Amino acid sequence: MALKSAMAVTGGILVLFLIAHMYGNLNVFAGQEAFDSYSHHLRELGEPMLPHGGFLWIMRVVLLVSIIVHAYAAAVLAIRANRARPVRYQARKRVQRSYASYTMRWGGVLIALFAIFHILHLTTNHIHPGGAFDSPYERLVAGFQPEFFYVTLFYILSVIAVGFHLRHGIWSALTTLGANKASRERPLNIIATVLALVITIGFLLTPLSVTFGLVE
Amino acid sequence: MNITLRVWRQKGRDDKGRMVTYKVEDVSPDMSFLEMLDVLNEKLTLEDEDPVAFDHDCREGICGACGVVIDGVAHGPETTTTCQLHMRSFSDGDVITVEPWRAKAFPVVKDLVVDRSAFDRIIQAGGYISAPTGTAPDAHAMPVPKTDADRAFDAATCIGCGACVAACPNASGMLFTAAKVTHLGMLPQGQPEREARVVNMLNQHDEEDFGGCTNIGECAAVCPKGIPLDTISQLNRDLLGSLASGKAE
Ligand code: HEM
Ligand code: SF4
Ligand code: FES
Repeated sequence: MALKSAMAVTGGILVLFLIAHMYGNLNVFAGQEAFDSYSHHLRELGEPMLPHGGFLWIMRVVLLVSIIVHAYAAAVLAIRANRARPVRYQARKRVQRSYASYTMRWGGVLIALFAIFHILHLTTNHIHPGGAFDSPYERLVAGFQPEFFYVTLFYILSVIAVGFHLRHGIWSALTTLGANKASRERPLNIIATVLALVITIGFLLTPLSVTFGLVE
Repeated sequence: MNITLRVWRQKGRDDKGRMVTYKVEDVSPDMSFLEMLDVLNEKLTLEDEDPVAFDHDCREGICGACGVVIDGVAHGPETTTTCQLHMRSFSDGDVITVEPWRAKAFPVVKDLVVDRSAFDRIIQAGGYISAPTGTAPDAHAMPVPKTDADRAFDAATCIGCGACVAACPNASGMLFTAAKVTHLGMLPQGQPEREARVVNMLNQHDEEDFGGCTNIGECAAVCPKGIPLDTISQLNRDLLGSLASGKAE
């Protein structure tokens, strides 16, 4: 149970991060200057109380700890589930469970792999389709050009995976934290679906508008 | 109706077990699923074969003894107990797969019979109230709001059949545990032990090697008594409250 609460809380932190991150990404529509200065401001936030980049590093540590706790709890629960049913059913039929709930474990692994690739791509720029740049905006625009459709495709698939993960994850976290009541079941499910959709579409807009030349 | 059954046969706890196929002929659509198994067993007995062992008692959906996984769904295609499922829910010529509940906490005793004493131990860990003996108190000495009484009663209808565990992809016993926590937690008589109850029952649940709940909801979807999924949230609320108050342990 402590595991479940830990998953719910760290998952919640990651959702808040995703919302902030999505907002940051949508700055591309305001042009290179706005996007780059947003990135720059992230590093200046909290100065002079914090050193340059201090806020960003605090966020990175919080995120990393959240991800590790989240993944550790997920792994322990998965191992327990496997141990709890040593002999499998020969016939298996789902009664009401959703695709999202069915893919939580492997979807989570996919998202983690994506996050590593993504940081190497757009933060450290070790992977740089279209060339390395100092400007985050230029990295982004170069990376999602039509000739790198496979990069864009991987982003799209991963973001959709994030959407499914959130669809079940948000609902499950709310239940684990005790928010569910029969009368609230529908509203909670609607909140989870709407949040998942908004985050998915919000993230898809940025790379797709680069690929289709709306942002250059 | 003529039915082909694929049934799990297992001689005892240590046998590996296997699926065996049987033909059952002239099945009436008005038979219950268990009566259809009775027909098969009469035939097997006449042929000097070992009849298929399955659990049952009341055969009217109130005791919770019966229960098998039919075509991958606990208690089969209708939301009821296996004894209350009728052959009219199937069609002539169907091939039906019948398996026991699958969970480490519910070891197979023989064929379709599993040992569910893990549930009893969860109840022993906290699914009770302490009541002084002596003259019974007046029925109206302790008023209970109608909505609380209704919710307690709904949760109390759990018959401990174990379908929730069988259906859960994690083999978790959370719906059963939550039904009991909700039942007693809604009533004034359940308050003195409320905080210790949820912690003790959950510890026992985990000790029995049930899996952890991930809020998938298959349990409530197959529960013959319609125990609602939100009882699990109520259990979680009680647990967080109990841990926060530090009164547990
Ligand atoms: C298609 C959608 C996305 C785009 C276009 C995108 C773009 C970016 C960009 C440009 C940066 C670097 C910002 C900077 O250096 O100032 C960044 C950082 C980051 N992104 Fe994304 N991102 C997307 C989706 C995601 C998703 C779904 C996740 C979560 C799994 C994620 C996790 C991160 C993390 C953790 C960082 C920060 C790395 C660090 O600074 O240490 N991103 N993203
Ligand atoms: S909660 Fe429902 S499915 Fe689970 S044991 Fe009780 S009656 Fe059976
Ligand atoms: S035999 Fe009693 S509930 Fe089915």
